[in-house]
Amino acid sequence: MNEGLRSAHGGSIDRSQVLHFRFDGRPYTGVAGDTLASALLANGVHLMGRSFKYHRPRGVLAAGAEEPNALVTVRRDAARETPNLRATQVELYEGLDAVSQNRWPSLAFDVGALNDLLAPFIPAGFYYKTFMWPKRAWHALYEPRIRAAAGLGRSPTQPDPDRYATRHAHCDVLVVGAGPAGLAAAQAAALAGARVILCDEQAQLGGSLLSAPASPAARELPGTLAALAANPRVTLLPRTTAFGYFPHNSVGLSERLTEHLANPAPDAPRERQWQVRAREVVLATGAIERPLVFPGNDRPGVMLAGAARTFLNRYGVLAGTRAVLVTACDEAYQAAYDLQEAHVYIACIADVRAENTASAAARAAGIPVMTQATVLGTGGRLRVNSVELARCADGLVSERTQQPCDLVLISGGYTPSVHLHSQSRGKLTWSEPLQAFVPGAAIERVRSAGACRGVFAPEAARADGTAQGAAAAAEALDPQRSGVDPAHGAPRTAAAPARAPDGALAGALPQGGKTRRRAFVDWQNDVTSKDLALALREGFRSIEHVKRYTTTGMATDQGKTSNLNALGIVSRALERPIPEVGLTTFRMPYTPVTFGAFAGVARGDLFDPIRRTPTHGWAESRGAVFEDVGLWKRARYFPRAGEDMHAAVARECLAVRAACGLFDASTLGKIEVVGRDAATFMNRLYVNAWSNLAVGRCRYGILLRDDGFVYDDGVVARIGESRFHVTTTTGGAPRVLAMMEDFLQTEWPDLSVWLTSTTEQWAVIAVQGPKARELLAPLVDVDITAAAFPHMSVALGHILGVPMRLFRVSFTGELGFEINVPADYGAAVWEAVWQAGQPFGMTPYGTESMHVLRAEKGYIIVGQDTDGTVTPDDAGLSWAIGKSKPDFVGKRSLKRPAMNAPERRQLVGLLTQDPKVVLEEGSQVMAQPNAPVPTRPLGHVTSSYFSAVLGRSIALALVSGGRARSGQTLYVPGASGEAPVQVSPTVFYDPTGARINA
Amino acid sequence: MRSLIGERQWPALSATAYVHVLPPAQRFVLRGDAAARAAAESALGVPVPQQACRAGTDGARAALWLGPDEWLLVAPAADQEAQGALEHALGGLAHSLVEVSHRQLGLLVSGPEAERLLNAGCPLDLDIGPFPVGMCTRTMLSKAEVVLWRTGTQEFRLEVWRSFAPYVTAYLAEAARGI
Amino acid sequence: MLLINCPYCGERPEPEFVYGGEAHIARPKDPDSQGPQDWVRYLYRRDNTRGVHAERWRHTHGCGRFFNALRDTTTDHFLVTYKTGEPRPDPAKATP
Repeated sequence: MNEGLRSAHGGSIDRSQVLHFRFDGRPYTGVAGDTLASALLANGVHLMGRSFKYHRPRGVLAAGAEEPNALVTVRRDAARETPNLRATQVELYEGLDAVSQNRWPSLAFDVGALNDLLAPFIPAGFYYKTFMWPKRAWHALYEPRIRAAAGLGRSPTQPDPDRYATRHAHCDVLVVGAGPAGLAAAQAAALAGARVILCDEQAQLGGSLLSAPASPAARELPGTLAALAANPRVTLLPRTTAFGYFPHNSVGLSERLTEHLANPAPDAPRERQWQVRAREVVLATGAIERPLVFPGNDRPGVMLAGAARTFLNRYGVLAGTRAVLVTACDEAYQAAYDLQEAHVYIACIADVRAENTASAAARAAGIPVMTQATVLGTGGRLRVNSVELARCADGLVSERTQQPCDLVLISGGYTPSVHLHSQSRGKLTWSEPLQAFVPGAAIERVRSAGACRGVFAPEAARADGTAQGAAAAAEALDPQRSGVDPAHGAPRTAAAPARAPDGALAGALPQGGKTRRRAFVDWQNDVTSKDLALALREGFRSIEHVKRYTTTGMATDQGKTSNLNALGIVSRALERPIPEVGLTTFRMPYTPVTFGAFAGVARGDLFDPIRRTPTHGWAESRGAVFEDVGLWKRARYFPRAGEDMHAAVARECLAVRAACGLFDASTLGKIEVVGRDAATFMNRLYVNAWSNLAVGRCRYGILLRDDGFVYDDGVVARIGESRFHVTTTTGGAPRVLAMMEDFLQTEWPDLSVWLTSTTEQWAVIAVQGPKARELLAPLVDVDITAAAFPHMSVALGHILGVPMRLFRVSFTGELGFEINVPADYGAAVWEAVWQAGQPFGMTPYGTESMHVLRAEKGYIIVGQDTDGTVTPDDAGLSWAIGKSKPDFVGKRSLKRPAMNAPERRQLVGLLTQDPKVVLEEGSQVMAQPNAPVPTRPLGHVTSSYFSAVLGRSIALALVSGGRARSGQTLYVPGASGEAPVQVSPTVFYDPTGARINA
Repeated sequence: MRSLIGERQWPALSATAYVHVLPPAQRFVLRGDAAARAAAESALGVPVPQQACRAGTDGARAALWLGPDEWLLVAPAADQEAQGALEHALGGLAHSLVEVSHRQLGLLVSGPEAERLLNAGCPLDLDIGPFPVGMCTRTMLSKAEVVLWRTGTQEFRLEVWRSFAPYVTAYLAEAARGI
Repeated sequence: MLLINCPYCGERPEPEFVYGGEAHIARPKDPDSQGPQDWVRYLYRRDNTRGVHAERWRHTHGCGRFFNALRDTTTDHFLVTYKTGEPRPDPAKATP
């Protein structure tokens, strides 16, 4: 630390607590309360970064969130590397390790700075114009090179090891910003009895008061904060950025919990993301000082006047020893006075305005003042060493002087931070005296207070905060209103109180003619006033287009310091007032938010719920391989030692066909339809006829949407006169229930019927195969002989004393049963059935074998063999339709001519000429071999497997006019050539159904 | 024939200090009109609420309003009379009574931080004013649907579908570290 | 995150709801008698309103009820919510 650059006392740092840190590998010291930026300045380090495009050396411009230059990477370990942090917001801790970005090999000597010499050749739009030929080189060559040369920090390559917390919170009044206005608003709202949340992005609450410690409000700050902290209805959130304003007063906050700690607890969450719902919001987000645009304004040592004042008053750091102030407003004079009192030599004040009271006062205080001033350039390489001032009146430049200095303070006035108001879709209005936009009519229940709406003077801002906080609380606590109902576009905030306007400038300083030197508008994206002029010369008029062409305002700082100057330059060049030129949209986030904070707890196994069936543990212990079906984990196959999937599936399938298999069907959706009108409801909804379904019987049901396309299918059992047990596909359960509820509630509210999901009430154990009856019979108290319990029967009874619903159904084509038992008994019953099956050669099988077994029988899977454009007839299921019914969902659509066109794609079987060739699912089906491209396929393969029992491959396909093509040879191109196939019926195995009815 | 009754199994849960799994219970979804509601109320002997989002309870049995014609009825597993009484009382009335005892399980979330813990994933305002003792509702806890019932100032009962229970408990355990 | 006033449960957060498309499109009582154009209009034609839009929501993860709402699509503000079967309120008279 350079003792000469640290003031003897004052500020909110603790000089007794020295902290060691590294920047680009070099050791430095700072003190507790420093930011990385203030600590570097205290060490005389101004050079903190290289610019995005030209690699120009850059120093710190600002002292807060708006900093465009001093972007650093902070690293704790290999996985904890955070790029693109603003050094002005990085709190110093013992051992902090920060590195600069976008430079090689070092910050002081950067090879990329060659770009700066090439600058005349790479203006805005250069990339678009130059790298156009040859076309493919853009992706292969140009873009990767440009990306490597330009840019910001690098993302860490390792997974983020940190933990992130989330919280939903509610309050009556959310106050964003804890400066004079925000504190006053929170106090007033708390006084009225409101639940208040007060957040501020900085480590300390106080905002601008922290930079003006002598003010009355600043002296009261500790007492104010203590009172707020003691109120149980007030939540104070420092280090918390309100990054986004979402509909209905939902505001996203990002709270940094451990970033400032030298040794955070390894388990502690790094950040917490809040979703706050506030009945009323008060924005007290302050204002950002506007830079001046003049040649060489980006040299390290050129700094916003208010930033220098903050570094001095809050951090006790002298940003230089000999300063020149260039200003367009009165407020900045205070920075000169404060620095002068701290023994910084103020060489000159250059006021771009005409003589005024502030300039007269400064002159009276003994500081040389030049009015109607402009800046023609700056000198120095890695740090400013001089500034060239001149008088500019009526476009004529005179009285050029070279002023040696190591600090140039600049101020173009203040820009109210209207980001969140604009994000809330509130209108903005132009203030001519402020040369800035201020909040206009609100859409949300939001109001602005203090500097963010142009009330700059601290005492006035405080009074404004009190008024807005009280008004917000009154509206929030009004018993007549509910929630966050709309503001209906009415202005929520009265016009700013009348006051003598300070000066402000939006635009560039006059140069009295052409200059070769560049004046930067957007520091972070390296956009100069010349780039803007070029965009206008090339015909861009809308600020949205100018922005995209030049990239001004499009960097990570979203133009916090640049937008209004860009607008001013464009406005002047087009000779149109700024409100007509327009303003680009503010978007969230206000400052970048880590991805981890958005992910929160939802990562790894908690990314989504993982649903497991009651027999999951059994399958796991048998070495099952699982697959994801929706959120469910389903056993796909049970490989034995040395088996791959094909071997395991072939063995499982053969076992089911020869003896018996055990399958977990618990994930099938189940809906209990109960009520007097249950059959009527089913008649109206499903294509099938239900009135004639006897109690104790099942039927395969098909559900369409009203557009006539297959939506779902499943077995439906009639448990009682007014009670149906409906099953759905695994993935379809929620949407089928939702569709049922929709029709019931909105179309047929007259029906006396109700729906209850019972998916998870029942564990479903499928026992399939010729031995199934023999092994089950001793376990159940139901007569399951072929005569008493034929295919598609259902009975209530018990299995080993456990209540059950027993279905005789089959998705394999074999004699089969599905045992439904209450889920808690699922694992025990499964194990008992497994033991009982051992003498019969029972084999567990998974979903992959289930798919093969059903395909051998031509049973469709909705969503695999159908795709939302398949009618029952397309799928060969016309037989299921209750044709005498007056109506069912989808019936009218089935009569549309297009739904009956002969060329519709119909489900058919395909048998490859070579029985060993297994077609790829999704392959196109062609009428001719080697069809020339482009061509029109006849259809596509929906299911394809090797069938062990048939000793050959089988496939299902949707083929145009497919059933009429039976016996034809078609062609299926694939990765290993084109396979000739023969169109066949869809049932490949046991077409008479002898086995299922055994 | 041996009986498997008594061999109930529960999914593995990673409970934290804040979360306890409640013992098995009988559960029924009652759907129906005012007459069915009144019949169920007299059969069970607990208020079956007409007011939205309220639970009626006498300590052992409970009836939770879940929708304008929907109640979740809960009784202890050992309660031999509840089901028979309900079926008898509802006999001639238009209604639907479906047993869902095994569809879901109960979790108790308690402690001074219970509200905040739940608010890690639940978007409702759980302050005692807007969410008083006796209030119940279906809602979302992160990506799982739950029935949330405030049984005390610092105590909530969750009813969670069984396959979502491991997610909910693991989520709460993880969230507890970030309160 | 929207805040939606369920006619049965009161104001509740958006994650509990599922959007249900344009409201007041009744399924024809006798679909079989519908001409092709009428049926296609019922199936597919929607207004895509800019401004006050009558739409369906379902409080899926709450009371499970479908209901209707008038929402201004330019501001996301709900003017009023009302039960299924009730007529569309006059937006001018709708008090939120």
